[in-house]
Amino acid sequence: MNDKLYRITLFVSALIIPIVCGGVVYALVTDAHDAFEHFGFLNFLTSSEWSYTEGDERYGALPFITGTLLTTLLALIFCIPFSLPVALFVGEYFRDTKVASVLSTVTDLLAGIPSIIYGLWGFYTLRPIIMALDISPQGSSILTASLVLAIMIVPYAASLSSEFIKMVPNELKEGAYSLGATRAEVVCKVIFPMAGSGVFSSYVLAIGRALGETMTVTMLIGNTNNIPASITSTGNSMASIIANQFGEADSLRLSSLIAIGLILFLITALINMIGKVMIKRARIV
Amino acid sequence: MDKLKIRNRLANDKLMLWSICILSALTAVPLLAILGEVLLRGYDQLSWSFFTEPTPTAYKAMKAIEAGEPIPGGIANGIVGTMIMLGMAVAAAVPLGILCGAFLAENGKNRFAQFVSYLTDLLQGTPSVIIGIITYIWVVVPMKGYSAIAGSVALCIMMLPLIIRSTEETLKILPASLKEAGLALGGNKARVMLKVQLPAAFGGIFTGILLAISRVIGETAPLMFTALGCSFIRFAIDKPISAVPLLIWEFFNDPNLQELIWGASLFLLLFVLTLNLTAKYLAKKWNQ
Repeated sequence: MNDKLYRITLFVSALIIPIVCGGVVYALVTDAHDAFEHFGFLNFLTSSEWSYTEGDERYGALPFITGTLLTTLLALIFCIPFSLPVALFVGEYFRDTKVASVLSTVTDLLAGIPSIIYGLWGFYTLRPIIMALDISPQGSSILTASLVLAIMIVPYAASLSSEFIKMVPNELKEGAYSLGATRAEVVCKVIFPMAGSGVFSSYVLAIGRALGETMTVTMLIGNTNNIPASITSTGNSMASIIANQFGEADSLRLSSLIAIGLILFLITALINMIGKVMIKRARIV
Repeated sequence: MDKLKIRNRLANDKLMLWSICILSALTAVPLLAILGEVLLRGYDQLSWSFFTEPTPTAYKAMKAIEAGEPIPGGIANGIVGTMIMLGMAVAAAVPLGILCGAFLAENGKNRFAQFVSYLTDLLQGTPSVIIGIITYIWVVVPMKGYSAIAGSVALCIMMLPLIIRSTEETLKILPASLKEAGLALGGNKARVMLKVQLPAAFGGIFTGILLAISRVIGETAPLMFTALGCSFIRFAIDKPISAVPLLIWEFFNDPNLQELIWGASLFLLLFVLTLNLTAKYLAKKWNQ
């Protein structure tokens, strides 16, 4: 095999990625076109109706966009108090010790659990607790879904943040110690300012994961097609409405679901892109 | 005054240390809780017939429950389906992913390679449910039916970015002298890649493949609109087929079959976590 043939083989196989990505966008756009044409793009985004009575079908994405953003935001809030300590534990306090490697194995395993099993656990263990605490009568709610979602994204946020925390130069920390700073002060005044943007970017990527999480949310959010009144009410996320209705939908409803898929794809792509750019910048600093 | 201040600072330091330890330890609780629940509720369902028999119909299961007997049947149809789809997905994704990763490692700085690298990230971040929709549009609609092929296409698309990344990264950290030595001995680039670089990178690539498999084996959403599910053991690749996560979803939705959830989940969970730990262990071993 000569060099030219080799280069061509590699090039051709690398084309698969642009082809797949192009195909994803093309297929989503063409199939979502019907819905956008029928309802109008802006109208589709801002309408909160989802009714499939024949002859008077009305579909809008707003309830699901709200549901997705709400679950993701809550998951992020619940995730920080655990992922930040884990990152500090692994990256600073107990760096390179046996305990730290045990903890990072634990978080790796958490990341490996399939989302449907998280859903089952949420449904059979967490939901009864939520019901017993009288937070929400049927136990399924935005809150329930976000709690489990938070557990799912802790590993992603923690492992990446700990990498950035590890990258803070020792000289800076030593300088602070020599001035009499306590470890807590070093963490707050040296490590966070230095690693802050990297840590932040790891949360952006964790958000990217939470946005598209499907099965867990579908099993726990309650699956009602209106804008959630509060965090304890039921709702639907973009991913969960697709999971729930895609199989039985046709024509206009199918197109509307694909349109929701397109919106979800664009949002996740945007968030991931922001995260990646931020990481690159943080690495240079 | 000063003494009080110092005492406060030291107390703060201690408080920080302890809260970090406690909160970190709490992170292990969900893992133990999930493992514990699935183990306790699922272990007595695992038996020989659980792995060799297909799922019972809802009616049969209902009769068994009424008679107070354990539900007959198992998840063999799901295991067979998962293996078939995974096999096809791996067969397609591994060679393609390695070639593509090699391309990225060799042409890291050129424009097109950076574009491909960016798109790989994009694909990796795409929610699995969207991969399901896409495969539905690409494969299920033209073939006029759900099939094992469609399911494996979905899994393949999900595995590709993971394999590409691990190949690229492993090839990039190989010492440049390795490649140069091969070229100096008169091998052309393809030969050096095949006989020197890829064998040297084998450990990293293999770990990447194991992780990719463990990532997709539990995927449910993309299979719901592609493989659909099937209640008997089937080997045809152009017909709807079942998979273990699909069965869990079916059991979850069917009150008569709910007893089977835990056995199936236990099997899936053990499989995924073993793959994960093996990959991590191998990565550590090969790195030394």
